[in-house]
Amino acid sequence: MHLYKQYLAIILKSKMEYKASFFLYSVGVFLSSFSVFVGVFFMFRRFTNVKGFVYSEVILCYGIFLMGFTLSEMFARGFDCFPTLVRKGELDRILLRPRNIIFQVLVSQFEYGRLGKLLQAAVMLAYGVFESGIHWTGMKILTVALMIFGGMCLFSAIYVLYAALSFFTLEGLEFMNVFTYGAMEYGKYPFAVYGRTMLRIVTFIIPYALVQYYPLLYLLDRETNAGYAFLPLFSLWFLIPAYGMWRFGIRHYQSSGS
Amino acid sequence: MKKYFSFFRLRFVMGLQYRSAALAGVVTQFFWGFMEILVLRAFYEADPIAYPMTIEATCCYVWLQQAFLALLSAHNFDRELMNCVTNGGIAYELCRPISVYNMWFARNIAVKTSQAMLRCVPILGVVIFLPRGYGLAAPRDGLHFILFLWTLFMGLSVLVATQMIIYMIMFFTLSVEGVKSFFMSIIELLTGAVIPIPFFSEKVQRVLEILPFGAMQNVPYRIYSGDLTGTQMGRAVLMQVFWLAVLTALGKILMGRAERKVIVQGG
Repeated sequence: MHLYKQYLAIILKSKMEYKASFFLYSVGVFLSSFSVFVGVFFMFRRFTNVKGFVYSEVILCYGIFLMGFTLSEMFARGFDCFPTLVRKGELDRILLRPRNIIFQVLVSQFEYGRLGKLLQAAVMLAYGVFESGIHWTGMKILTVALMIFGGMCLFSAIYVLYAALSFFTLEGLEFMNVFTYGAMEYGKYPFAVYGRTMLRIVTFIIPYALVQYYPLLYLLDRETNAGYAFLPLFSLWFLIPAYGMWRFGIRHYQSSGS
Repeated sequence: MKKYFSFFRLRFVMGLQYRSAALAGVVTQFFWGFMEILVLRAFYEADPIAYPMTIEATCCYVWLQQAFLALLSAHNFDRELMNCVTNGGIAYELCRPISVYNMWFARNIAVKTSQAMLRCVPILGVVIFLPRGYGLAAPRDGLHFILFLWTLFMGLSVLVATQMIIYMIMFFTLSVEGVKSFFMSIIELLTGAVIPIPFFSEKVQRVLEILPFGAMQNVPYRIYSGDLTGTQMGRAVLMQVFWLAVLTALGKILMGRAERKVIVQGG
């Protein structure tokens, strides 16, 4: 843990060497998710609801989902940049050090540039919490925490899977963006909006709906079964194939030789 | 003129080499298009009266947007040009006995066209067979189709002229990634890539249609389905010409300034 903090401090220092560039980049990152919000805002100026969800409920849903995603973007950035490590042969250096490999990849990057996005998520979450008219109980607060935690783990697992695939392809796979940025982009609305087939896919194949749609139903009192609140924990099963793929990849790793 | 044309051809052929990247792009675009249509349909079901376009026109908008993404998306910057600002490659560009502005302009158009050519064929080939209300319908009539092609080309030119100005800003600030992500998001929103311009409120829509961003993808994709027609269509066509003239003039002035100021730092 101490080591982790030191790594974070070093990365922060290196970013601060280019302050203006870092600042502009952070603003740009913030604007990219803010423009999605503006889109939602104008849609609800025109329409009162979508599949029965009103504006404040959608903002709550988007805020929670964006927070989980942004946290994973910040912490698991090392896996997102992993294909470069493999291609440049820097992974060999990591393998030689007497520390856990996953730990070292995790600390190789930390994305401070997403702080603006995190702030946006927090503001939307706060708006949703107060405006959606939910009667807040301890159980519901726990549900929100689990949704954020589950979302973070799920997206991190996808980043690990993405990194593991690059052992074989040596380069980043563009279509994997669908599962990270794409899911984020469309997770702004509760997944039921996309119809029943899509809901089934995001329940059973990649369990986004377990951290978003079902617990949201519990929050909004559309589902009284308290079991729905704990569904985010079930989404953690996705860590297993991600970790397995990672182990498999690392065992078959042949240096790219540069 | 001939040298720009041969430069265009060279870049075009180079662009056609990246076939596997194009395949990945096509898969992504299909997904994107489907999700977009599903969500817009959900809003339609919620309140058909408040819906500002027809469902068919929306589908045309979404699929054309996906098919020609490489052409009119503000995300698409030329990485090599961006790099040459920071790594000093600009020195070579300046040595050539032709206008840098015109060459870069031709190069941008060529790169985008070659990328789009590869990607649009499989997408268009599939979506025209999708059922009505999900897929791409036929254009409204011959006139609208011809104007669609013309405004597609003009929209591309307006976008490239805008991006040229952004490259110039990179020149002055040397912060390539920052400037890119900053402008990219703003243009995407104002050009109707996040939600189509008709979905904004009436006042905002009127402002956006005057701005240069409203003269990009907003025009061709709506003309195709006949969503933009009559005098409004005529006005949009003229706006494109106007903005192209203004933005290229501005870009050339900035380029002149930048050329005089450039300091190549060894390397």
